[in-house]
Amino acid sequence: MEMLRKIARFYIDGFREMTLGRTLWAIILLKLFILFAVLKLFFFPDLLAGKNPEERADYVLENLIPEN
Amino acid sequence: MLTDYLSTVDWSRAQFALTAIYHWLFVPLTLGLGPLIAIMETLYVRTGDEFWRRTTKFWMRLFGVNFAIGVATGLILEFEFGTNWSNYSHFVGDIFGAPLAIEGIFAFFLESTFIAVMFFGWGKVSKRFHLTATWLTAIGANLSAWWILVANAWMQYPVGCEFNLETVRNEMSSFSEVALSPVAVNKFLHTVTSSFTLAALFVVGVSAWYLLRGREKRMATKSIAIASLFGLISALATAWSGDQSGAIAARTQPMKLAAMEALYDGEHGAPLTVIGLLRPEDERSSNDDAFHFKVDIPKLLSVMSFRDTEAFVPGINDLIKGNAEQGILSAEEKMARGRAVIATLARYRQARDEGDTGTMQQIEELFDASTPQGEHFLREYFAYFGYGYLETPQQLVPNVPLLFYSFRVMVGAGCLFILLLALVWWFNRRERLDTKRWLLHAAVWCIPLAYLASQAGWIVAEVGRQPWAIQGLMPVNVAASKIPSGSVTTTFILFLVLFTALLIAEVSILCRQIKIGPKNE
Repeated sequence: MEMLRKIARFYIDGFREMTLGRTLWAIILLKLFILFAVLKLFFFPDLLAGKNPEERADYVLENLIPEN
Repeated sequence: MLTDYLSTVDWSRAQFALTAIYHWLFVPLTLGLGPLIAIMETLYVRTGDEFWRRTTKFWMRLFGVNFAIGVATGLILEFEFGTNWSNYSHFVGDIFGAPLAIEGIFAFFLESTFIAVMFFGWGKVSKRFHLTATWLTAIGANLSAWWILVANAWMQYPVGCEFNLETVRNEMSSFSEVALSPVAVNKFLHTVTSSFTLAALFVVGVSAWYLLRGREKRMATKSIAIASLFGLISALATAWSGDQSGAIAARTQPMKLAAMEALYDGEHGAPLTVIGLLRPEDERSSNDDAFHFKVDIPKLLSVMSFRDTEAFVPGINDLIKGNAEQGILSAEEKMARGRAVIATLARYRQARDEGDTGTMQQIEELFDASTPQGEHFLREYFAYFGYGYLETPQQLVPNVPLLFYSFRVMVGAGCLFILLLALVWWFNRRERLDTKRWLLHAAVWCIPLAYLASQAGWIVAEVGRQPWAIQGLMPVNVAASKIPSGSVTTTFILFLVLFTALLIAEVSILCRQIKIGPKNE
């Protein structure tokens, strides 16, 4: 328990004492927000999501066999 | 509909290229600066000299900026596999997923655990523990690179797998063949040593900038002493692994090699073109009309490819039209074999839909490597599966000018780096570097040149394997998802804006931190 408290304190102090790191973290968080919240949500439909393994195999097999 | 799909394929390729290029602007500095920082901190722990602590912390700050801006840019590439390249993602199965998953574990547990100790741990943990964390961060980053490159290498040289007809997926049959294939080992060595060279040039260039302004002389000269030697060794190792890479490509991706050299007609004792000016595409059809002018080194391409001055190196025409004397099948023959596999898959699907278990069993035996007919079918037909999707043999030829010039930019810059790092190391050792202002200016300009060379290397590797997503098995037009080209275009523009903003942020923060210089803490 004491060890966990020390580790938590290590990180809390580390984050608190950051100077340049604050700007960098702001950039990281903004970037992750854009990546996950905006792009993943609105622009990236996963065509195979929601399909069971057999349906996935069928779907891909269909794409591997040209119509003509 | 077909036009829209082709447009989707082109936009998906452009988007992947854009995200990969931007991602690679951040990665090599992280890979190379890590070990350099670790060496400097080792000197601090061994000597106890506060100068080394101050120097280490300065370079660590620049490492932190680059790491923070670059972190998660690779995640977009992993999204794109699922969204833009869903057929590919399913087809490759866990062969591609396993190395990426291992990379995630290494990246997460090694880098993210120890990077916190590296930045927050000064004065809070013992010197030796801090040093260990710095080394583990550097090693973790490079181990991550290993697994990413294993995945990439498999796409260039698919080994250690078996195709499962029922699941329509490739399954890993030998982990060691995938992880330790000659392409993977060589790709790792070449990529990592070139990243070390780039980082060394970054340290040398920034230090040279300080010397030109008469600032931080001790830190600059000591940093140059370490980085120039580290960079020189790395650049020589890059040249060696690059030479190996050419020999491997000659065996595994001969079209890439022929396109890199704009070699149209194969020959015994083939020369290496040092420099040349290509004619327009519609005027190039043979070795005689490919160039306006060129400078050759006789027999060198044969030596580099097969370690034999008289070895035959196939040209683009041999690989398209075939060369019976050299045992090279024509593209038409490979396309016919590929179409036979596709027809077999269609028969299998029909048989399955009709419940014709007899036909299904017959076809399943063809895909079973343990039976004689299966071994023959897989070797003589399935190996050319992807060729069945090509409409013309010319689709097999990658962009020759882009490859030819990118290769020469990479190699030319690499030779320049070896010379520059050797000169910098020599004059710095003689304590005469600050009087050689031309060399210091050259060192500063080599920073952007190193990035250009690094990107040129990836262009050679990736454009050179076109039209393949997986060499010989799946071309990009089959690998891509059937999604509206409009959404790919939109995300392409969004990525362009996002990554450009990140790049501007990185360069401006780095420049500001360099101007501030090392701090007295």
